[in-house]
Amino acid sequence: MAVEMAMEPDYMRDPRKHHFSPYMENGGTSIAIAGDDFVMIASDTRLTRGFNILSRNQEKVLRLTPHTMMASSGCWADVLTLSKVLQDRITMYSHEHNESMPTTAVAQMLSTMLYWRRFFPYYVANILAGLDEQGKGVVATGASVAQIQPLLDNQVAALNMKGATPPKMTKDLARQLIHDAFISAAERDINTGDGIIIHTITKEGKTEEMVKLRRD
Amino acid sequence: MQSRMVELETRNQDPQGDHGPQERNYILSLHDVLMKKSILNYNGGCVVAMKGKNCVAIACDLRFGVQAQTISTDFKRVFELGPHLYIGLPGLATDTQTVLQRLQFRIKMYEMREGRRLKPHTLMAMMQNLLYERRFGPYFVEPVIAGLDPNTKEPYICALDLIGCACEPADFVVSGTCSESLYGMCETTWQEDMEPEDLFECISQSLVNAFDRDALSGWGAVVHIIEQDKVTTRTLKCRQD
Repeated sequence: MAVEMAMEPDYMRDPRKHHFSPYMENGGTSIAIAGDDFVMIASDTRLTRGFNILSRNQEKVLRLTPHTMMASSGCWADVLTLSKVLQDRITMYSHEHNESMPTTAVAQMLSTMLYWRRFFPYYVANILAGLDEQGKGVVATGASVAQIQPLLDNQVAALNMKGATPPKMTKDLARQLIHDAFISAAERDINTGDGIIIHTITKEGKTEEMVKLRRD
Repeated sequence: MQSRMVELETRNQDPQGDHGPQERNYILSLHDVLMKKSILNYNGGCVVAMKGKNCVAIACDLRFGVQAQTISTDFKRVFELGPHLYIGLPGLATDTQTVLQRLQFRIKMYEMREGRRLKPHTLMAMMQNLLYERRFGPYFVEPVIAGLDPNTKEPYICALDLIGCACEPADFVVSGTCSESLYGMCETTWQEDMEPEDLFECISQSLVNAFDRDALSGWGAVVHIIEQDKVTTRTLKCRQD
């Protein structure tokens, strides 16, 4: 009897469902603030998987060109793949055009590359920050968006402040805002913490600063 | 409080039910979990309370909706229960009203029997009792209590989950559909020993900026600043979208 069962053809057997879950949420939070002559982009350094911390020292800001950087968070495997392909194409561009790729061109290419995977997307939230033709936008992305974005609305865009105009964005103010926002996010979100790395891009070049956050 | 979601959907039985894998009733689909679908978020709304120097503040939004559809924009979810005693009941609107009625009944019974005013801490205990009685079929509200102790005039705030687990922090409590945004705002704007005017500015900015990033709450706000000698109630003007 048992032998007979084993010999049953596939189509006679019960249908069986197999699950495929290719994505993973590895956390990470990023903020970018633009001023008149600079952009600041920062991300935390914690990499998580559920309640586990995979790394306390994983930077999420990629150096794409001398004046363009990108912060990515989400599925870390996808971040790595996307950054690899992106870096390759930026190198190809610089070889073809004999100049480094402008930020706006990187932005357009990133958009195309992400939409190319429309039906099996990269699970990555990106902020691209760079110098030329920069707007005055300010954005946060990643795990702690809920905690950070309303604060930036209030402090940068001066929303809900009667008679107030948005403050002139200076490097000191931007740095202070990023620091405060991350402290608050680390206080309430387990996916954010350990430290932040703040990058500043100006005409003169790039600077980098590491700030510690709570590690619990 | 994502862990205490209710059963919203049961998958249809397989029409050729005698073969195929065993169908399971599942609590929520992955999509629902990602969209944070829960009875607690069905009507939307939020409440926040903060401690100041010899004063407390409690504030709420005014939206009443059914999922994405806004039904009315004058639905208050913070109620006065005594001279210095307020409760906010964000969550399922029908339970907001039921819990309020049952609570008012219990408070009247308490004050008649005891012949004295209810302390905020006692209200918390009463609320715990009321909610935990329905441990396995809970009221879908997550109350916030704010008040001054009638004897010591000590500021008191607390938040409970839907089955009555209380939390009495020293700074602020938040509850409702934009609680994460409220945490972010309060965490940066709150300071120790704020005077009533500063406390009003702090709680108003925290609430309004938080709910402006939430589709399920907003459409106006009411703020109560509770001091020893007076209670100031203000209605805030804010964006209507």
